[in-house]
Amino acid sequence: MMHFMTGLVLKDIHKHYGSVVAVQNVSLQIPHGRFVCFLGPSGCGKTTLLRLIAGLEKPSRGNILLDSSDITEQPAHRRNFGMVFQSLALFPHLSVGENIAYSLRVRKVDKAARQRRIDELLELVRLPGYSGRHISQLSGGQRQRVAIARALAIEPRLFLLDEPLSALDAKLREDMQLELRMLQQRLQITTIVVTHDQREAMTMSDLIVVMGTDNQVHQMGTPLEIYREPANTFVADFIGTSNLLKGIYSDIGEAAVLGTMLKIDSVPQGLPSGNEITISVRPEDISVVPGIQQGENSLHGTVTFVRDVGSSVEIYLDCNGIQIISQSTPQGRPPVKQQDAATAILPPAACKVLTS
Amino acid sequence: MTGERPRGLKNHLPIIYPAAMLGIFFIIPFGIMVTISFFKRQSGGFYTSTFDLNNYQNLFTEHFARVLAFSIFISALCAVISVALGFPFTYFITRMRRKTQVVWLVMLVSVLSLSAVIIGFAWSLILSQSAGISNFFVWLGVMKQPTSWSPSFWALLCGLCYVAFPYTVLVLYPPLSRLDPHLPEAAQTLGASPIKTFFTVVVGSSRAAVVSSLVMVFAFTLGTYVLPQILGRPQHWTLSVLITDEAIYHSNLPLSAAMAVFFMLVSLALVGLTMKIGKGRTVESK
Repeated sequence: MMHFMTGLVLKDIHKHYGSVVAVQNVSLQIPHGRFVCFLGPSGCGKTTLLRLIAGLEKPSRGNILLDSSDITEQPAHRRNFGMVFQSLALFPHLSVGENIAYSLRVRKVDKAARQRRIDELLELVRLPGYSGRHISQLSGGQRQRVAIARALAIEPRLFLLDEPLSALDAKLREDMQLELRMLQQRLQITTIVVTHDQREAMTMSDLIVVMGTDNQVHQMGTPLEIYREPANTFVADFIGTSNLLKGIYSDIGEAAVLGTMLKIDSVPQGLPSGNEITISVRPEDISVVPGIQQGENSLHGTVTFVRDVGSSVEIYLDCNGIQIISQSTPQGRPPVKQQDAATAILPPAACKVLTS
Repeated sequence: MTGERPRGLKNHLPIIYPAAMLGIFFIIPFGIMVTISFFKRQSGGFYTSTFDLNNYQNLFTEHFARVLAFSIFISALCAVISVALGFPFTYFITRMRRKTQVVWLVMLVSVLSLSAVIIGFAWSLILSQSAGISNFFVWLGVMKQPTSWSPSFWALLCGLCYVAFPYTVLVLYPPLSRLDPHLPEAAQTLGASPIKTFFTVVVGSSRAAVVSSLVMVFAFTLGTYVLPQILGRPQHWTLSVLITDEAIYHSNLPLSAAMAVFFMLVSLALVGLTMKIGKGRTVESK
């Protein structure tokens, strides 16, 4: 399938400013029509990567290809991409309509066609009749929509958004996440969003690219793949909550953790016996039973805290100095309270082996 | 404005000092000048205090009109040139590193420490036949023989722009350094070339700054008095020169006061007009 390189391809991208590395070793292939999130902690280079794709920065090394043609050297204004900035960057001296039609005006589209497109886009972002308004007369959410409409005016080949929802309050942000996702599904446009909010990334995207503080890509996959099969301890820890247990691997699918042998269903091929590994278990996969119970994959400990937030219950266990968190629904809540002795059961299928 | 209006003597205390200074050093002298403009001149002497509109009637001569028009013309031209050069210059400075910006600004401000007399003679030297830059062009082979370019209209314009340029940059610097760097980037992602971005977004969103710097340079250049006499020929003398001439060499204070008052009214009207146009339309109505 190598000859069939459609979509956006990043080949071995590096970017550094002097001696400061912003992005390194990034090779990605993003197919057409997908909604992709670049997710990572602050300073991981995700915004730089987006700016490289937009053409606002030049990579120090590597190539960017769109539908097999190399666009690495193409300046931003020739790329026909749409971008929404974190600060939105709406032009303060232009009206809503003039902001939206800016890209059309630059391309010398005639006035009647511009006006049609403005009305169409305002309809799309649910702000009909706002064309003549001044930017300063709009609320934060409305400005957001205008910025989105402006970026979509030319039907861009790529739709790029840099932390687009970070300035909105929590409720509006959740609404806009759904709206943005539905808009993308309707337009079938390849979309890349930069975010540090994993919930936001999981809500919206087809694919998530997880970046780490070492400015590299750690994993790319669907939201559930990344949640269920994290590639390493960084991803397991960054995405959701994870119980990370250090242990020694011994063959026949078992590992010694806290003096107990834990059975593991799937083990990476060729993993030598005696290797140090980390086992990741999601809190919702762990069940807690009261008292000390003997059985397969059972760890014994004391309940240190019960966090009951109504929609779910989290139980914190101290097992020989290691903290284990279990999560259950209110209906499945185990009958334990603080200071009780309890047993955590880690199903073999839920134990993921991480070697790095 | 929010908050309560100040009441009573105590609340007004802080503004008494500036108000007094303004009154003593600006309003009272101005009042004296306006009063004198209605007095009658005594030939060979001073003036007698009457109410006489003669001085204003005497303004309507061809000579006065010509000098007034020239003063306004050269000030306006100087304002346009200074802002046209100063705006891109200031914009590029604001995009530099902080340290480089400071170096440039200090260099510009140091120009302000030179007196107009020094600047005038320096320019007349630069544009002279014996030691000026035309010798350099001859050496380059661009010109056949050195020429004198001063005094002339262009020499005067050079001198005026040289003086006005640092002020232009200082007026433009604060608004331009506050410009969101994402605005030009957004324009580029929307398909505007760097040049188009500069004119539609950088200049476009700085309209207020452009107008205020134009007005500032215009008003500042109107009062120029030394440079026209050093770098210009008598036909390039501005109204300030004429007023001084009338007051000091012809000792006709009432007439020169009338000239000054009239000049000020005309320039105020022009400044007002520019500001009104500058506000203009900001949003295109459908």
